[in-house]
Amino acid sequence: MSEAVAHDIHDDHGHGPEKGLMRWVYTTNHKDIGTLYLLFSLAMFIFGGAMAMIIRAELFQPGMQLVDPHFFNQMTTMHALIMVFGAVMPAFVGLANWLIPMMIGAPDMALPRMNNWSFWILPFAFALMSATLFMEGGAPAAGWTMYAPLVLQTGDAFPFLIFAIHLLGISSVMGAINIIATIMNMRAPGMTLMKMPLFVWTWFITAYLLIAVMPVFAGAVTMLLTDKFFGTAFFSAAGGGDPVLYQHIFWFFGHPEVYIMILPAFGIISAIIPTFARKPLFGYSSMVYATASIAFLSFVVWAHHMFTVGMPLAGELFFMYATMMIAVPTGVKIFNWVSTMWKGAMTFETPMLFALAFVVLFTIGGFSGLMLAITPVDFQYHDTYFVVAHFHYVLVTGAVYSIIAAAYYWMPKWTGHMYNETAGKIHFWWSTISVNVLFFPQHFLGLAGMPRRIPDYSVQFADWNMVSSIGGFAFGLAQIYFCWIVYKTIKGGEKATDQVWEGATGLEFENLPSPVPYHSFTTAPQIR
Amino acid sequence: MTMVRRINGFIVVATVTMMAGMQSALAGYMDTLNMTRGVTPVSERVYDLHMLILWICIIIGIVVFGAMFYSMVKHRKSRGAVPATFHESTRMEIIWTIVPFLILVGMAVPATKTLIFMTDTTEPDMTVKITGHQWKWEYEYLDGAAEGVRFISSLSADSRKAVYADPESVDNYLLDVDNEVVLPVGKKIHFVLTASDVIHAWWVPELGQKQDAIPGFINELWTEIRKPGVYRGQCAELCGRDHGFMPIVVRAVAEEEFTAWAADKKGIGKETEVTDKIWTIDDLYARGEEVYNTACIGCHQLNGMGLPPTFPAINGSVIATGPVAGHMDIILNGRPGTAMVAYKDQLDDVDIAAVITYQRNAWDNKVGDHVLPADVKAMR
Repeated sequence: MSEAVAHDIHDDHGHGPEKGLMRWVYTTNHKDIGTLYLLFSLAMFIFGGAMAMIIRAELFQPGMQLVDPHFFNQMTTMHALIMVFGAVMPAFVGLANWLIPMMIGAPDMALPRMNNWSFWILPFAFALMSATLFMEGGAPAAGWTMYAPLVLQTGDAFPFLIFAIHLLGISSVMGAINIIATIMNMRAPGMTLMKMPLFVWTWFITAYLLIAVMPVFAGAVTMLLTDKFFGTAFFSAAGGGDPVLYQHIFWFFGHPEVYIMILPAFGIISAIIPTFARKPLFGYSSMVYATASIAFLSFVVWAHHMFTVGMPLAGELFFMYATMMIAVPTGVKIFNWVSTMWKGAMTFETPMLFALAFVVLFTIGGFSGLMLAITPVDFQYHDTYFVVAHFHYVLVTGAVYSIIAAAYYWMPKWTGHMYNETAGKIHFWWSTISVNVLFFPQHFLGLAGMPRRIPDYSVQFADWNMVSSIGGFAFGLAQIYFCWIVYKTIKGGEKATDQVWEGATGLEFENLPSPVPYHSFTTAPQIR
Repeated sequence: MTMVRRINGFIVVATVTMMAGMQSALAGYMDTLNMTRGVTPVSERVYDLHMLILWICIIIGIVVFGAMFYSMVKHRKSRGAVPATFHESTRMEIIWTIVPFLILVGMAVPATKTLIFMTDTTEPDMTVKITGHQWKWEYEYLDGAAEGVRFISSLSADSRKAVYADPESVDNYLLDVDNEVVLPVGKKIHFVLTASDVIHAWWVPELGQKQDAIPGFINELWTEIRKPGVYRGQCAELCGRDHGFMPIVVRAVAEEEFTAWAADKKGIGKETEVTDKIWTIDDLYARGEEVYNTACIGCHQLNGMGLPPTFPAINGSVIATGPVAGHMDIILNGRPGTAMVAYKDQLDDVDIAAVITYQRNAWDNKVGDHVLPADVKAMR
């Protein structure tokens, strides 16, 4: 065989993946990296979930039975850090990696080597963070918000926490740069901005939020580091600093951060509902503008997390009004989804079930959010289980539900196999019933006066805590079942068609086979 | 006819009684479901605002979810629905932007009024300073009948013992303290809040407000309690290991009772106890154990082993087994830059002498000496 022929064959078939472990270490393929992100996120979801199980087991009844209060605080802190930075954010980045190039007709991400690096930082960051569990003084225990001065009492874990956060920030910013560069430069001819699927749009906006706020967060924790080790006094009143300054900086990052965790979810839901309603998304352009408005407003509402720190009246009023405004664009999204369903021809496969549950339960989280925005009543809600219920409704039945819906929706495209529909439905009902048993009673607990982040409580809170714990164990078990479903689908299952779903639209369903080949869109598709 | 009337009457009475019974049972249960209406002008307004917004949310929820579920039932493929093709309507988008905005304005008006009312701390009848410590509250009456009264309020020993035993066995588990804050009813009371170590938050739900206590800064709060009674709350800002174990108990009493309490609190003749009473090591040890179990236990633990590295062990420590002077110094003056605060203003001479004696002789510390209240007085 001549060299020329060999070369031709080589060109025709393109590169398959390398064999063995090194494929995953060296890979620059957006699909491989997407898979790595998603599997890593699933592992972290179980890891952080295990911590939640410890929390709920200790809170099963009044009195301290299982752990020390200090360890309890470590669990609440680590649970949040791992779920936010290890489970939810990497899952969305994984979905972005898999889907954005396929949705805009690009062969890969714009910066593939940096893509590899952004992923591989994560396991090291979480190794640093998790190692603190075995250190003198234990893991960080001051809450994921790491308020000064309490966080400065952390033991040996402190510098490890800060450096882990720096690494996570670097990873997120690189991921965001990559997504923006891809969307700006790699769209197929004819794929104008206002033709992009909403998942691409929401991620585009999310990426800007990440670039804007992750450095702020890095700055805040670096100030903590120098306060602790280098004698600065940014957050110490004794040295002329201000502990509340930390909270302002943190929440200037923290509020956009919570939208970083929900905007891509809006994109996913906007993909799934039209497919199963067999009707185009209602109000596409208003959805884009609503997303942009939410992102903009996210920068001017941060102090609603701090209504009790003693701000002047004018400050409290400004942040109350600004926060209430967010209900308008969020409402527009909900109304658009309901209008998309209206007069459609709906079927209720597992992704649709999770998407519909998202709409209902996320809206409930939105209602409690609106209640929390009202400053005078927030004085009663603040730092109680009402807040815990609120952010778990928006993060678990919001963000996590959208990720699960996305997994069921696109897994057949990725693997070429349909998941088991009965198993998916069991997983849905089991999760949805248990998650409400878990979190709905927490509204009652908060209103009745139970503060958050306490390892033990007064006996009048006993009943609802027990109910909540039972829901928690059931929900945790349901997610183990989900892991099994994912495993079975990767291993085998009914062959998926190229379109996968009867009503599915978009380049990944209409222009690519299932499973998607290792390299797709090496020549740009025609956009109608 | 009369028979029928009597039966009717019976049914009416029975129904009314049953409904009243159900209502009171439900009312008792509602306490575990909803926010308290509280006992202050602020808490009542806050409760009304809370209910207003809750009902608005419920009504919006019924409309939106109603439309959604109607669509899910009617517009399903299995019923032979054929999908429509409409996908935008500028008029609808404008309507569902403007209408929610107007509803929000409707909420913002009462919210703003309530907030302005709540933040008006002018012209108080008396002022109480609240200081948060890890993990107890300190109260100081700055003016009025109780001017100068100052004490520390920690979790009651009963509750603390029940944590690892049987929480059901004590009254007001985790919501009980050794020293209650006593306040007069019907007076505008101004609180100023600060903290000595980390941020805490002072919250009694029945008073309708919560405010952070921040080291180095002063926050304000006011209340006017309408009904005599005991109102319980907790620290609401994560402040370390025993955040869940620093309750707040407010006892609201009539003004005469408050004046009597203040006089009693001021007039305690500690002086004679210090100089005249003959203290034995056993007396001091017993009293010291009590003091230790409310003042020190949070950090240094029941077994004296502390929580290194932040809270060092006392059992076997160089200080507690070394010279008495050094031991007294650290308790009186604290250790700046660490979590160990100065206790000279928090405990009296007898308590300090007692707790030092206890620490030097408890666990494996068998030093065998003791400290007299007069020694502590001399060291101050």
